Amino acid sequence: MKARHKRLGFLVVGLAGLGVAAWLVFNALDSNLSYFFSPSDVVQNKAPTDHVYRLGGMVQSGSLERGQELTVRFLVTDTANTVKVAYTGILPDLFAEGQGVIAQGRMGADGVFIADEVLAKHDENYMPPEVADALDKAHKGAPDGVAKK
Amino acid sequence: MNARLINWFKFSSPATFYPLAGRLVPIFSVLAVALIGVGLYMSFFIAPTDYKQGEGYRIIFVHVPAAWMSMFIYLVMAFWAALGLVFNTRLSGMMTRALAPTGAIFAFLALWTGAFWGKPMWGTWWVWDARLTSELILLFLYFGYLALQGAIDDTRRADRAGALLVLVGVVNIPIIYYSVRWWNTLHQGASISMDNGSTMAATMLWTMLIMALGFWAYTIAVALARVRSIILEREADTTWVSELAEVRR
Amino acid sequence: MSVAEFFDMGGYALYVWGSFGVSALLMVLEPIMLRSHRRAVLQRIARIIRIKAGEKV
Repeated sequence: MKARHKRLGFLVVGLAGLGVAAWLVFNALDSNLSYFFSPSDVVQNKAPTDHVYRLGGMVQSGSLERGQELTVRFLVTDTANTVKVAYTGILPDLFAEGQGVIAQGRMGADGVFIADEVLAKHDENYMPPEVADALDKAHKGAPDGVAKK
Repeated sequence: MNARLINWFKFSSPATFYPLAGRLVPIFSVLAVALIGVGLYMSFFIAPTDYKQGEGYRIIFVHVPAAWMSMFIYLVMAFWAALGLVFNTRLSGMMTRALAPTGAIFAFLALWTGAFWGKPMWGTWWVWDARLTSELILLFLYFGYLALQGAIDDTRRADRAGALLVLVGVVNIPIIYYSVRWWNTLHQGASISMDNGSTMAATMLWTMLIMALGFWAYTIAVALARVRSIILEREADTTWVSELAEVRR
Repeated sequence: MSVAEFFDMGGYALYVWGSFGVSALLMVLEPIMLRSHRRAVLQRIARIIRIKAGEKV
């Protein structure tokens, strides 16, 4: 009985120590574990200016311009700030205005973010089209950007 | 020591657990086949098309249950590992060992189906965001446990070393679960959470839950079947094994 | 909905069937491998018992 209690004690202390250590490590790493920077981070100069990083946010409605060839220009917003993005290449199915997007690239001298990869970020809502339509009618402009397939 | 504790110890003896598991395996196998059958039918014929992702979203019906099971199995392994370290029961190590391959399979399936979902929707098979990376670490923890267990010949020591590894790795589970909330990730947030309820249409949600229950029954059936083989191997020179009907044949 | 339309999955055939197919494959293979492993274990134990019985005689 005694040995058993002793082992349980060691185990609890060990796990508690491990938990504290993990918490400290992840607190220290915090921002480095984020996959992308928001437009506000960019405006506040929190994003690196000298190397490649990822920019994440929403494609602002009405900002998408398709230029000659495959080049597209759009604004990425987090509702507080916006960043101009230019990208040449194939866009994922879910890319659309009002949709989440993550662009990888670097900031150009003219303040336009030159992306060499664009990924679509979707949300956790799943529903049939009829429900989406009804919601859309109820408050205009809620869900937007339907897969083009 | 009171009577109830003694009773539990009796169940933790491999000789009593072996026939008990033998009776439970067919029950959970039937449950698994029935639930997964209904779940698959609902996945393709009842659940409606998604407004944004069309038919592509149907991957969710294997992806989410597999991901849930990969985390849940690890927690159950950690439970058995802690039990084994504290009480020194033989069955705990066997249960931990029996669950690991199934957990590894589900972790792999979560990553695999995730890649097949990410490619058309996000535009990439893989990214190193916090959610995907922590799930990959979970798969490596399963592999690491199995390798460690296989590398040590003395089963008692193998069990103890494995149990420690499993317990250390348990910090990864909350990281996987909360990664989408703690950090910016490409992976979307949880559709089902304790504080927000669900953000899915009801039929979609039910389909996913039935599939998850099916995977759960499958895991129990497979883990119990595997633990029976492990018990036989480890207790091969005991009298009770030599007197079993299936051995005497 | 036609059969061809069903298998096309709205253009996502590769991804949907790639996910469900591999999952089904692994979840069918695992019980089969377990069964054959159990059979091998039982045979090995039976052989050991027979050898031991032979030694005694």
